[in-house]
Amino acid sequence: MSHPRVSGVGLTHFGKHPERTGRDLFAEASERALEDAGVDRATIEQLNYGNFMGALSEHQGHQGPLMAEAAGIPDAPATRYESACASSGVAVREAVKDVRNGEADVVLVGGAERMNNLGTAGTTEALAIAADDLYEVRAGMTFPAAYALMAKAYFDQYGGSREELAEIAVKNHDNALDNEYAQYQKPISVEEALDAPMIAEPLGLFDACPITDGASAAVLVSDEYAETHDLDAPVALTGTGQGGDKMALQDRNYLARTPAAERAAEEAYADAGIGPQDVSVAEVHDCFTIAEVLALEALDFYAPGEAIGAAARGETTRDGDRPINLSGGLKAKGHPVGATGTSQVVEMTRLLRGDHPNSDAVGGEVGVVHNAGGTVASTTVHVLEVRT
Amino acid sequence: MSESEERVRDEGYDDFLDAVAEGEGFYLECPEGHGWLPPRRVCPECGATDLEEVPLPESGAVETFTTVHVASPEFVEDTPYVTAVADFGAVRLTGQIWDVEPDAVEVGLEVTPDVGETETAGERVLMFRPY
Repeated sequence: MSHPRVSGVGLTHFGKHPERTGRDLFAEASERALEDAGVDRATIEQLNYGNFMGALSEHQGHQGPLMAEAAGIPDAPATRYESACASSGVAVREAVKDVRNGEADVVLVGGAERMNNLGTAGTTEALAIAADDLYEVRAGMTFPAAYALMAKAYFDQYGGSREELAEIAVKNHDNALDNEYAQYQKPISVEEALDAPMIAEPLGLFDACPITDGASAAVLVSDEYAETHDLDAPVALTGTGQGGDKMALQDRNYLARTPAAERAAEEAYADAGIGPQDVSVAEVHDCFTIAEVLALEALDFYAPGEAIGAAARGETTRDGDRPINLSGGLKAKGHPVGATGTSQVVEMTRLLRGDHPNSDAVGGEVGVVHNAGGTVASTTVHVLEVRT
Repeated sequence: MSESEERVRDEGYDDFLDAVAEGEGFYLECPEGHGWLPPRRVCPECGATDLEEVPLPESGAVETFTTVHVASPEFVEDTPYVTAVADFGAVRLTGQIWDVEPDAVEVGLEVTPDVGETETAGERVLMFRPY
């Protein structure tokens, strides 16, 4: 089987850009990806685009063709994928399948989200639609509240402290210091994190990712296309997996584990023919500090209950055995929801091929990206490897 | 939402709230004993389609909870409030805990379900009182 190559990647700055439209954000990211890929725009056969809340924030449905037009490929078949915060992870997965199946040789994938124009209350309301409206949202469950319920359940079952969560936030802020695309390029301390206002106990402001506007894009090409066109594309997507779970926390078998991500990881590892021990670096979906803990356990880097102290022990910091979220993660780099899944692929590609400011912290050639939707009712996991 | 634009009922969900308000809460159970809230036609655990209405136990135990300080516009004036998931045996419910100081809520607290009205929007909300 031929594994698609990542031939080019692009991002906008992730941050507070309330006046920038989604179409303008995606145009910038896709332009950068095309430039980086060195492929002619006219060769792009389709667009797989992820977006979550554009119907609410921009009153804009039918974003596939709109974004293809913004990227300068108005005739290309274009589809918007929506799977909450995993929207563009799903878009990547579908592109990988199409390239593998021989349906396409050159695919543009990406995503965009405009959020800050809604304000904090409006964004909180919009994000909540990723939860079960009848039985969660109407009981006042916000997204931070949902992850707080999971954090509380985790503490109760396995132990853990707010200090250990704060260490994760500190680590991810440190990782973002040199990342020009990151929303926060400033360090924070454990004390600052612990003293920040509470959002939903035990999660405070610094346990949460910010509200972010931004876009991401990548050009995926078939192995054959890369070879015949002499493209410099050393990173291949060698494994893909997707898992699901029941929508509402109350209906899940576990409150402090994420089986959807466990299933996605198992599938992606088997697909790539690797195991967790082969992975030297990962970008995981840390929308809240506790989410990084749950991700590391789902990816089988740690047994359930063991990942809570990983950052505090220095195992996941940039100097640790397996650095996690060298981009800064959603926590410090930012989380423009529909753009996040592809942005993780963008960052991992840069990390592995050596042109990321934190590439020097990568001690191997296998990376994993983990993108979760809602309270992990949907998840994609991808394996990226250097294949020269 | 103004009175002239009353929310259209959601079958199943609103029937459930009506029943809880009357003290006659129920859930749907499959032959294997898996419990769910309506509307539900298939047991997502085992695939059974012959689900039966079964009385909800009078009380359940808080399994996890959080005090919410930052809410969506629909709940702004309700903050801070406690949202909890409580275990009622075959089924879990998500609701707000009323009549208890947030600091006094703990895992294992026995609660009984009822229906209240939110301060901000005047909407019905599933809530728990100490049992």
